[in-house]
Amino acid sequence: MGIIFSFFAVIALIVIVFIGVQGANLHYLFGVVIPYAAFFIFLLGVIYRVLQWGRIPVPFRIPTTAGQQKSHPWIKTNPIDNPFTATGVFIRMAFEVLLFRSLFRNTKAELRDGPILSYGSTKWLWLGGLAFHYTFLIILTRHLRFFFEPIPGVIKIIESLDGFFQVGAPVLYLTDLIFIAAVTFLFLRRVVIPQVRYISLAQDYFPLFLIFSIGLTGVLMRYFLKTDVVGIKELTMGLVTFKPVVPKDINIIFYIHLFLVSTLFIYFPMSKLMHMAGVFLSPTRNLANNNRAEMHVNPWNYPVKVHTYEEYENDFRDKMKAAGLPVEKE
Amino acid sequence: MGFKEILSEKKPLIVEKWLDAILNNYPADASKFFKKQKDGFRNPVGYTISTSIKGLFDEIIEDPESEKIYPYLDDIMKIKAVQDFSPSKAVQFIYLLKKIIRIELDNEITQKNLSNDLKIFEDQLDKLALLAFDIYMLCRERIFEIRVKELKNMSYRLLKRANLVRELEEQESNFAAETVLTQNIKG
Amino acid sequence: MANPKPEELAKIDYQPPKTGWMDTPTVFKPGIFPYACKPKSLETVGFPNPRQWSVKDEDWKLPPNWQEIFIEGLRERVSKYRSFRLFLDICVRCGACADKCHFFIGGGDPKNMPVLRGELLRSVYRKYCTTTGRIMGKIAGARDLTTDVLKEIWYYAFQCTECRRCSLFCPYGIDTAEITILARELLNLLGLNIEWIAGPVANCWLTGNHLGLQPHTIKDAFDMFCDDIETITGIRVTPTFNRKGAEILFVIPSGSMFADPGTFTCMGELLLLHELGLDYTWSTFASEGGDFGFFTTNEMAKRLHAKIYEEAKRLKVKWIMGGECGHMWRVWHQYHNTWYGPVDFLEEPVSPITGTKFENAKSNKTIHICEFTADLIKHGKLNFDKSRNDNLIVTFHDSCNVSRGMGMFEEPRYIIQNVCNNFYEMPPQTIREQTFCCGSGAGLNASENMESRLRGGLPRANAVKYVAKKYGVNMLACICAIDRAALPPLMDYWVPGVRVTGVHEMVANALICKGEKKRTTNLRGEPLPGMEGE
Repeated sequence: MGIIFSFFAVIALIVIVFIGVQGANLHYLFGVVIPYAAFFIFLLGVIYRVLQWGRIPVPFRIPTTAGQQKSHPWIKTNPIDNPFTATGVFIRMAFEVLLFRSLFRNTKAELRDGPILSYGSTKWLWLGGLAFHYTFLIILTRHLRFFFEPIPGVIKIIESLDGFFQVGAPVLYLTDLIFIAAVTFLFLRRVVIPQVRYISLAQDYFPLFLIFSIGLTGVLMRYFLKTDVVGIKELTMGLVTFKPVVPKDINIIFYIHLFLVSTLFIYFPMSKLMHMAGVFLSPTRNLANNNRAEMHVNPWNYPVKVHTYEEYENDFRDKMKAAGLPVEKE
Repeated sequence: MGFKEILSEKKPLIVEKWLDAILNNYPADASKFFKKQKDGFRNPVGYTISTSIKGLFDEIIEDPESEKIYPYLDDIMKIKAVQDFSPSKAVQFIYLLKKIIRIELDNEITQKNLSNDLKIFEDQLDKLALLAFDIYMLCRERIFEIRVKELKNMSYRLLKRANLVRELEEQESNFAAETVLTQNIKG
Repeated sequence: MANPKPEELAKIDYQPPKTGWMDTPTVFKPGIFPYACKPKSLETVGFPNPRQWSVKDEDWKLPPNWQEIFIEGLRERVSKYRSFRLFLDICVRCGACADKCHFFIGGGDPKNMPVLRGELLRSVYRKYCTTTGRIMGKIAGARDLTTDVLKEIWYYAFQCTECRRCSLFCPYGIDTAEITILARELLNLLGLNIEWIAGPVANCWLTGNHLGLQPHTIKDAFDMFCDDIETITGIRVTPTFNRKGAEILFVIPSGSMFADPGTFTCMGELLLLHELGLDYTWSTFASEGGDFGFFTTNEMAKRLHAKIYEEAKRLKVKWIMGGECGHMWRVWHQYHNTWYGPVDFLEEPVSPITGTKFENAKSNKTIHICEFTADLIKHGKLNFDKSRNDNLIVTFHDSCNVSRGMGMFEEPRYIIQNVCNNFYEMPPQTIREQTFCCGSGAGLNASENMESRLRGGLPRANAVKYVAKKYGVNMLACICAIDRAALPPLMDYWVPGVRVTGVHEMVANALICKGEKKRTTNLRGEPLPGMEGE
C-alpha cells in the first residue's frame, strides 16, 4: 500500500507542474514563489526540529559501549568505540557521520567464519548508503555553480574531477551514475528483502521515489533534453540576489525538477530525513563513557520516596538482635 | 542404477528443495533470513537445520536404522520444540521430503520401475517421523523438567536452611530415554 | 482453538499469510509471556492501578481512562528523554538491526525485529504526538491505541531483554532498550507489570533484596557458606555485617546468596576477601546490587537504589565495591551517579592492598570486583594453583550489560587466564560487544516463559555448543547473577554437559591461601583433578 501511494504521490506532483506551468502559465509561482517558500520552510523547519530536540534534556549518560573501557593503565582501551574523553567522542562521531561505522560493523567478523555470501547483504547496505549520501553531497555542491557568478574555483575542480573520464558530451559525471544506481539499490533492497519490505512504510518509499525522480529529471536535463542553461542561471541568480526574474522558454523539465526539489525541501523537516541532524544528537553515540569518573546531571532529577534504614531496622530489629547483627537503637 | 544411488546422485538438489520447504514454514521475513544468513553463529536456526538435514539424508540412504540418525533429529526437534509449532507441524518436515522425492524422482521411478523401492523408503521415512515425534515430546518434557528443576534450585537453599529437607536428590535428566528410542527404531 | 481439520494439518505447502504487520493480530502463546503481577506487589511500593488480572483473559481490567493515561505518559516522556524522542523520530527502517535480536534469530517472529518492536510504539507516537500521523493516519504509519495494540506492546515489551545488541549496529545508535524501558514505564502506569519483576521489586523495597531475605536469613546463609568453606579449605572466614567504620562496603546481587551456582561465586568472594585481610563489611540492608526497579520505571529504580549510598553513608565506609552482576553494573555505571551524586561523603577508591587508585571511578566511588581482582593479580598479590581448575575447559560469556553498557571485556578474561589453564573463546561475532544475550535478562527469567527464554538463548547456546564440540568446553564462565540463573537451564536444553560458573568461584578454587589444608574438593564439594580417589 505504502509503495503505491508513494509512487502516485510523486506522479501527482509531476502532473501538478504540467498543469501549473504548461496549462496555467504559472511560471512565476513555480519558478520563484514555491522555491523561496520551500527554502525557508526547510531552513526554519530544520532549525525548529533541532531546537526542539535540543530543548529536551538528556537525563542519563547512556553510551553504547563497543570496546574496552578505561580502567587500569595496563589494559589497552578502545578510545574510539568506548570513548572516555570529548576527543574520543568527537572521533567516534566523525567515524559515525562520515563513514557510517556502525553499519560497517555488520561485516567485520563475518569475513572470518562464514562463506563469502554471508556478509554480502549488510556490506552492501553500508556501501549503498555511503555512495548515496556522498554522491548526493557532491551533486548538491556542483549545483552551487548556478548560484555564483563567477563560479568559484572549488566547484570547477569538483566538476572536473567528477567528469574525469571525459566520456560523452556533455561530459558524463560519475556521481550522476553512482547516485542513480545507489537510489535504485536502496529502493530494490526495500522491495526484495522481505524483512525490510515488512517494515517499510509510505514514508520510506516516498523520499526514495522523490529523490529518484529528481535525479532522473536532472539527468534528462543535462544529457538528453535540450534545456536553456543560460536562462536557468538567470533565474537562479535572480533568486539568490533577491531580484527574481523568470526567463521565457525554459523547458518544462526544469520546472518539474525544481518543483520536486522544493517538495523535498518542504518534506525534509517533517520526515525521517531529519536523521541527518538527529544523528549528531544521539545519546548512545555522542556521550563519553566516563560515568563513574564524572557526574552527569539530570536537569529534572527529583527526590523520590525511599525505604530508609530506620524503617528497615524498625521492621527487623528483634530478628537482627537475635542474629547478633548491630543495630542503631537498642 | 538403484534407487539409493539415484538418491545419492540427486542429493544436492533434493536437500536444497527440502531445506527450502522446511524454512518456508516460517513467516516470510524470518524464512528469508534463515535461508540467506550463512554464518552459523548469527543464524543458528537456519544453519542447524541445513547441516542436520544434510547429515540426516546421508544417514537415511546409508542405513535408515543407524543410531547416527538420532543426534540429527534431536538438533532439529530441539529447535522446533521451542518455536511456534504444533506437534504435527514440527514433524511435518519429514513428510516434506517424501513429497519432494516423489516429484523429483518421478521419471526415474516409472522408467526403472522402482516403485517398490520407493515404498520401502517411504516406510522408513514414516518410522523416522514417528521417532521425530518421540523426540519432540521428549524435548517438551525436558522443557518442563527444566522449569521444575529451576524452581527447585531456587528454593533448595531455603528449604535446606529451614531443615525442611534432609537430602534433595538432584534428578538427572532422562538420558536413558535416548537409548530406548534408538532401540525402538531398530525394532 | 477450534479443532483443526485433518486436511489442514496435512497441508504441506503451508505459508503464513502475508499481511502487513499492523494487520497481523498478535496471538499470545503460552510459554512466551510471563505471568501478570499481583496487586499486592504493586501496592507495596505504591504503583498505580493494582488489581487481579490475567494475561490470558480477554479483559485486562484496565482503568476507564487508560488511553488518556498512556498517551499523557507518552507525551510526558518524549519531552523528558531526548533519547526516547529522537529514537521515535529518526528511524529510517534500514533494517540493519532486523537480524541482530536473539529472539528473532532463535524464534523468527518478525515483531521481534528491533525495528518493528520499536514501530509498535512508534505508530502510537505518530498518531498522538505528530501532525502528519494525526492527519494521514495509517499511510503515515500511525495507528489508534486500542486494547489490542496495547496488548501487543505489552507482549513484545516483555520479550525484549534490553541487551542493546541492536543499538550497536544502528547507524544512529537507536537503542531498543531505551524504547522498551519507557514502554514498560507506560505499561506500569496501567498496572500492567509481570510478577517476576513486580514481586522482587516489592521484596527489595521491604527487605533490601529481590529475594526477600530478611537480615537473620542472610546471616544464616553466610554461616552456611562459612561452614562449607571451612570444610573445604580448613579456613574459617569471618565476614562482618552492617559494621560501622569498615573501609569498604561490599554489595552483591542477592541471587548469589541463594541459588546455585551463584552461591559458589559468593563463597569465592568470601574466601578471596578474607585471604586479603580486607577491612570490609557486608550489609543486610544494602543486600542487593541489582535493581529490578530498572525494569519497571526509572523512578522505581532510583527508589530501590538509594539504599546503597545511604548505607555507605551510615556505615561511614570509604568506598563501595560491587560483585559480579550484569544489570546491576549497567545501573551502577550509567545511572548511579546521576541519581544520587555528588557522592562527596565517600573517598576516591584506592586498593588498600596494591595502592592502585581507581581513577575511572573517582566520582561515584564504586568499583567492580573484577577490576579489583585484576589489579591484585597484576601486582602479584595472589598465588594460584591453576591446576586445581584443570578439570575445567572454560569459555567466557560476556554479559550484555557490562559489555554494551560499560565495556568491561579484558578484566574478567585476565582473571580467568590467571586462574585456569584451559580457556577458549567463542567465535568473535558472539562475544565482547557483539555478545548474545542469555535470553532471560531484564526480568524475563521467569519459569513460565521458558520457551521464549530457550529461543532467545539459542544463539548464545549455539556458540557454546561450537566450542564444546571443538575444544571440549565444559564450563561457561560469566559475571552476571541472571546469567548464573538462566544459563544452566539453557545449557541443560541445548548443550547438556556444560555447566556454569562465576569468575570468582574459579579464583577461589585456584587461590592458595595462608594456612589452608590440602584441598581435595572445589567449592562445590566435587573432587579436584587428581583427587578423585581421595
